[in-house]
Amino acid sequence: MVTALLSVEELKTYFFTRRGVAKAVDGVSFALRRGETLGLVGESGCGKSVTCLSILRLVPQPAGRIVGGKILLEGENLLEKSETEMRRIRGGKVAMIPQSPMTALDPVFSIWSQLSETIKRHQKMPGKGVWETAVTSLREVKIPSPEVRLRSYPHQLSGGMRQRVIGAMALACQASLIIADEPTTALDVTIQAQYLSLLRRMRDHLHAGMIFVTHDLGIVKRMCDRVAVMYAGKIVEEAPVKAIFQSPQHPYTMALIKSVPRLDTKVGRLASIEGHPPPLFDLPAGCAFRPRCSEATEACDVIPLRQEIEQGHWVSCHLVRGTGDKRRYANIA
Amino acid sequence: MGAYILRRLLLGIITLIGLSIVVFVLTRASGDPVALLLGPQATAEQIEAERARLGLDESMPVQYWSFIKEAATGDFGESLFYHEPASEIVMDKFPATLKLIVVSLAFGIPLGILIGVLCAIKRNKAFDILGRTLALVGQALPVFWVGILLVLIFSVKWEIFPAGGMSGPQSYVLPAATLGSFVVAAFTRLTRSAMLDVLGNDFISFARARGISEKSVILKHALKNAFLPILTFVGLIFVRLLAGTIAVEAIFVWPGIGLLSYQSVLAGDYPVVQTIVLLFGVVTIGVNLMIDLLYGQLDPRIRYT
Repeated sequence: MVTALLSVEELKTYFFTRRGVAKAVDGVSFALRRGETLGLVGESGCGKSVTCLSILRLVPQPAGRIVGGKILLEGENLLEKSETEMRRIRGGKVAMIPQSPMTALDPVFSIWSQLSETIKRHQKMPGKGVWETAVTSLREVKIPSPEVRLRSYPHQLSGGMRQRVIGAMALACQASLIIADEPTTALDVTIQAQYLSLLRRMRDHLHAGMIFVTHDLGIVKRMCDRVAVMYAGKIVEEAPVKAIFQSPQHPYTMALIKSVPRLDTKVGRLASIEGHPPPLFDLPAGCAFRPRCSEATEACDVIPLRQEIEQGHWVSCHLVRGTGDKRRYANIA
Repeated sequence: MGAYILRRLLLGIITLIGLSIVVFVLTRASGDPVALLLGPQATAEQIEAERARLGLDESMPVQYWSFIKEAATGDFGESLFYHEPASEIVMDKFPATLKLIVVSLAFGIPLGILIGVLCAIKRNKAFDILGRTLALVGQALPVFWVGILLVLIFSVKWEIFPAGGMSGPQSYVLPAATLGSFVVAAFTRLTRSAMLDVLGNDFISFARARGISEKSVILKHALKNAFLPILTFVGLIFVRLLAGTIAVEAIFVWPGIGLLSYQSVLAGDYPVVQTIVLLFGVVTIGVNLMIDLLYGQLDPRIRYT
């Protein structure tokens, strides 16, 4: 058995606010191997980003706190690390690809200043080595004349180049885990494709594991090996990409897939999911999706357990029972 | 860059000409200095003769033209009371004022920035609330009131610092503290809000995510970005202090330009008043130009065209 690069076990991250306790991440577990990409999908506010921030231990203070669980990176629990140790991990072993690559670089420092700052934090090498590493990594992400670009400031680079600079940081620091938090949401479609292929190249080059947060199922299909669907702080279904699209088991997953516009079939109105995600302060008892679920039964008063219905396909829903007992409307999408 | 400076200097000259017209008209509209000069016993003939000697019987445009012509050669007229060239009197007093302002800024700006940064880091904690309250109070209290209060406490009651005059370093303490309290308060408030603004940016969260220490995030990345509004404010506050010195110097009998302008306005010594106002104008324009040039050093996005 291949050991996991990252293994998150029963992670709980709560926000303690005046309105009450918001359980943003409530018992999330998943594992990731090197070279593998896990898609994390779900509506806004379902806990995808907070899960990522928890791994980096950058949950907004003082309201947010990780109250339980384990985050094992190469076998070491990140929740037991000191702040100094975490700083060595952030940007080193674990690279973050931010939501908005356009504004992620400090406008008043040069590319060299920011790239070298990051490299020096994570790699012990002489000054000349830092320069060479910076140049090499920029070349790897296909930035033309890297020596010149290093002296530029962020505003002198195009949006696409700024993204590649961020990618170069991860390459230069030899990240083994890449966390991409909706990296393409702010981009138009043409740049999106370029950026996605850059991220894929980076992952392969570093042989890193990647967590890819998105709410675009189309991107999931192209980027990911496995998918975890999150709803109200919990993973409701996790499966290989193929299985998710061919035989989704959780009603929420099915609804998500149905709401993706398709080019190959004629549809009238695009399907949407009725209602809104429940407020995280005040989750309904039992299954959190129950109020929006068209097939809820009395059984749904109790929180459903996670069960493996096929190798690597996990679902938390009362409508699914036991191994092999697939639901009547499989292959709906 | 060179063309930019040249254009700014030309604009400065135009501003100064405008300023000279305003101050020229206003000083003459505010009363007849000759009556004050000669006293109540003077006869009508004497007054007439004195007005003719000073050229005050000419029309306003003619007077202004001769003033400008002489000013261009560095002659700003003669003080009506000291009978010395106004420029010499003003330049004689200017260093004392400049020293006072520089001392106030030298401790006020760093202290204000320090408290402002700490307030921003400790947002909504006790330190922040205390700092914010004090800054608000410091900015709201009138300078003359603070000055008199400090004299009452430190000179009259405890006799630690001299109440007035310019002698040793000790004589700087109370006037500089008076001006400085305003500076500290203003910079605390400004730095706090500028820092909070910057700290909300994506590049700050990303800096943390790339493993940069919190110290570097605050002192390097956030502070350098927050410096832009702070720098703008340095120019504004410098000019505010020039005006503020009038009250402070009057209270502490500081032998500077503020006290001189106060006395000259009361006495109707218009050549001196004009010279002071024009000097303030030159300093204001110069400080603003310097700050605009410093911007470019701080923010690579700024270009001079």
